[in-house]
Amino acid sequence: MSIKARSKDLWSQTVRWGRALPGKVSRGRDSASVRVLTTWDAAIIAVTLLFLLVAARRVEHFGTARNAGYIVLDLAPILLLALAMTLIVTTGEIDLSVASTVGLTSAAMGVMWNGGMSLESIMPVAVLLGAVLGAVNGLFITGFGLPSLAVTIGTLALYRGLAYVLLGDTAVADWPRAFTGWTLGGIGESAVPNVLIPMLVLAAGFGLVLHATPVGRSIFAAGANPIAAAYAGIAVGRLKFWLYVTSGAMAGLVGVLWTLRYSSARADNANGLELTVIAVVLLGGVSIFGGKGSLPGVLAAVVLLVALQNALRLAHVSTEALTVVTGSLLIVAVLAPNAATAVRGALRTRRRRTA
Amino acid sequence: MSRTRLLRFTTPLLALALLTACSGTTQGDDDGGGPAGDETNADPNAEFATGLSFAMLPKSVNNPYFDASSNGAEAAATALEGTFEYTGPSDASASSQVSYIDTLSQQATDVLLLSANDPNALCSSLDQARAGGTVVVTFDSDVDAACRDLFVSQVDSDEVGLALLEMTAEQMDATGEIAILSATANATNQNAWIDVIKAELESNPSYADMELVDVVYGDDEDEKSFSETQGLLQAHPDLSAIISPTTVGIAAAARYLSGSEYKGQVALTGLGTPNQMREFVNDGTVTEFALWDPTALGELAAYTGAAAASGIITGAEGEAFTAGDLGEYTVGADGIVTLGPPTRFNAENIDDFDF
Amino acid sequence: MSALATTPAAKTGSTLLDLVLRFRALGLIIALTVLVGVTTAMNPRFLSGQSVRDLLFAAAITVLLACGMTVVVLTRGIDLSVGSVLGLSAYLTGSVLAETGMATAAAMLVGLAVGAACGALNGAIIHFGRVPPLVATLGTLYVLRGVIYFVAGGSRINASDLPRGFLDFGNGSLLGVPYLFLVAVAVLAVVGVFLGRYRAGRDLYAIGSNPEAAGLAGIPTGRRLLTAYVLSGSLAGLGGVLYAARYGTVDASAGYGMELNVVAAVVVGGVAIFGGSGTALGAALGALLLTVINNALPVLRIDQFWQQAIIGALILAAIALDRLVSLRAARALRQKGSNVD
Repeated sequence: MSIKARSKDLWSQTVRWGRALPGKVSRGRDSASVRVLTTWDAAIIAVTLLFLLVAARRVEHFGTARNAGYIVLDLAPILLLALAMTLIVTTGEIDLSVASTVGLTSAAMGVMWNGGMSLESIMPVAVLLGAVLGAVNGLFITGFGLPSLAVTIGTLALYRGLAYVLLGDTAVADWPRAFTGWTLGGIGESAVPNVLIPMLVLAAGFGLVLHATPVGRSIFAAGANPIAAAYAGIAVGRLKFWLYVTSGAMAGLVGVLWTLRYSSARADNANGLELTVIAVVLLGGVSIFGGKGSLPGVLAAVVLLVALQNALRLAHVSTEALTVVTGSLLIVAVLAPNAATAVRGALRTRRRRTA
Repeated sequence: MSRTRLLRFTTPLLALALLTACSGTTQGDDDGGGPAGDETNADPNAEFATGLSFAMLPKSVNNPYFDASSNGAEAAATALEGTFEYTGPSDASASSQVSYIDTLSQQATDVLLLSANDPNALCSSLDQARAGGTVVVTFDSDVDAACRDLFVSQVDSDEVGLALLEMTAEQMDATGEIAILSATANATNQNAWIDVIKAELESNPSYADMELVDVVYGDDEDEKSFSETQGLLQAHPDLSAIISPTTVGIAAAARYLSGSEYKGQVALTGLGTPNQMREFVNDGTVTEFALWDPTALGELAAYTGAAAASGIITGAEGEAFTAGDLGEYTVGADGIVTLGPPTRFNAENIDDFDF
Repeated sequence: MSALATTPAAKTGSTLLDLVLRFRALGLIIALTVLVGVTTAMNPRFLSGQSVRDLLFAAAITVLLACGMTVVVLTRGIDLSVGSVLGLSAYLTGSVLAETGMATAAAMLVGLAVGAACGALNGAIIHFGRVPPLVATLGTLYVLRGVIYFVAGGSRINASDLPRGFLDFGNGSLLGVPYLFLVAVAVLAVVGVFLGRYRAGRDLYAIGSNPEAAGLAGIPTGRRLLTAYVLSGSLAGLGGVLYAARYGTVDASAGYGMELNVVAAVVVGGVAIFGGSGTALGAALGALLLTVINNALPVLRIDQFWQQAIIGALILAAIALDRLVSLRAARALRQKGSNVD
């Protein structure tokens, strides 16, 4: 089959899946929320684009290539973590330990660096370490059947604590300029950040997996109704286990990125970042109950949140306002679809009554 | 099944690690080297430029000590007919400061006044800011000398350490165990003072009967400093004195001591603000402590930055300038401008001050 | 009578282990005793009057917040905003006392009211907005912290600004037991009785076990949930008042990050995170255990940096233990022929 024909085939398959399964797996009153959700993705993407346009016009220095570079650097860790988090939340679970995994892998990098290992071997080891940490989560959650919220709160504390045990309060800061420069720099002479390409590749990869492969469909199914999915032949436990491993590996990668970007391996790196990651995932339209969501929405939400913070800083808005805005966005992200469904339901009832 | 998948997963990563272990960038390979210094000459007779934009970026906002220094800096900015902005992160972390530095350098701030959370992690952003024309003046807590133009030190490092040790010796008859309750483990300023204290304890025969048994970190957080003090006294019940070279630490330690059985038995000294310590001086917990005027520090920092931006000084040793009503100041070695000797506060003079 | 208590004993070879598995509080007391014993053996000062007083002071506010968190977790919810509520209440109480001349008792009521209002906000978002508790309280954690920053800015309330009587209450003791701890014990008693003997309290267990069934059985779930969150918020507000009384110095960072410790205390204390089982006493013992560990570390000369790692390991161990207990209970019930899954 030619590439054109195959991609056309893939596309039509995707469209078929997209139209068929969600409607089948979650029926009845849920299909209204599905409709709301699919418009939520479109809405969030539209809002993001609108915001970028308005901010470029109204906020000084926002619309420059240099600022775009800063935004990309700022959102890189959040986006990479959100990719795996989207998949996990879609299966109905959660992973609160991602930021602590970043901290622990960063601290481990520092210890390895001080121990004389070469940076080229430290980096894959860090990713591997992240994967192992994710596997521990997976073991507790799928192996022992414990609730993911509690387990990942426990590993959040455990991993962050181990990071402090490794590095204490000190920092390792003598990373080679060749690597830190690459992380901060652009492609050739342009302002396009070096990190943008790997980010886009990974985002595209995750997006394809979620929306265009059987694995992705299993993820949606497992989230919508784990028991039905199990009866349908999906190995829900194994799926979730590998998702946690993936999440850990991504966190390890972010650990490397963070350490090189700030040229500083510290135990408190990425402290509190998990809340931001969850905020963007929910803002992107992924349902916290599982079974519904789309990656483009999450990508737009990441851009929106980071660009918003950037613009507010440029516009001299205080730090406090940023905190309030993030929190409110988080609540609104879940409140709005519920409100919309309620309104829709009320209208339908009224129509039925008057009919 | 899962084992082969596991192997498939990890083998490439391990292989990569092993292959690159042979050749690789290890610690110490990098030869460093910052950006070339500014080679223009100073003009001591030049006027202060008007209309400069000043921005102050403390370790964290919501800290009264830095609030006071911002008042001084703002007064100087107003006197010089410039604009002033006070901004920064809510948490005292280096990664948060980086985002603010990036924002400020984009806004083409003329003078950046910075109190750093980490001596190395901010360097790449500071280099970019300076490349864009911003004058970077650190105050209170320095960064690596290659990354900033000038450092305004509240007092000479050695003087602070010596004064603290002197007060301690006076209050404990130069005999016994002492401990230090510091801020964060990475703070440049506190670490410099602690090094001076350690060196002096070793070399000075009049302190031969004093022993430093522990250094703990309260992270400039009230509760943590409080419980660290508690821990110190539990682990070292024969402690004679505690030195706390941070306003948050000494206040928390004083509060603990004044409510405990150690009041009056364990001497407490360090750097504190008169308003916070007045109560404890009056009830006998603290005999004497020291500080400088943070408002004057901020004011001097602003004038120093303005002088550098106007070409009056370049940061070379020996250059002189007039800092408004604070008087004449000369740049010392390594681009350091010192405010003056520390002020000691005790029951006699504490009511004369209000900050 | 709980089904667990009628299970035939001695499934393991050891009756003690079974007893511990059945009564979480017993296990916690044993752990506490062992820990205190070991630490005192290393350093007898650990049990001195000063040291014990310090311990009780440190535990008081966590115990208080743990009671509130228990009520919420029982309903299958969670309240991550307690740290921010505490901070807001502490700052507002402190500034009201420092700036106006309000009577101490009235100012304390202000703190409580602030906490109750925040709790009501949480409850409204969760019940009426049908937002999951994790998301809702995460959002209010951010929002309220931002509000504190707005209100407080860089200013700080100093101990010298607060009335002497207020600070004495926060730092004083009665027969060696701090007033703060006595308040916490009193609250524990009230919450324990509420959960154990009052219908509104028992309903919370039902809602946590199976919300749909509870609703069908006629329990006014909305009202109960709102009560739970308002209670949690009020206790956090009370915690803020006690915080201001104890520390005297209050700034915008008060209570930051406290929620993790409270959740840990509750989980370690045997309250199931999936709702429906657990007691306030267990949560309080969990809080006490964590405080003793924190205080014992420097005495045992263990690096303070191990603190958080130990908390994390304890949480994992606690929920694994809970799972073990519930599996055994389910197995036992199945053997008796009931229709438990």
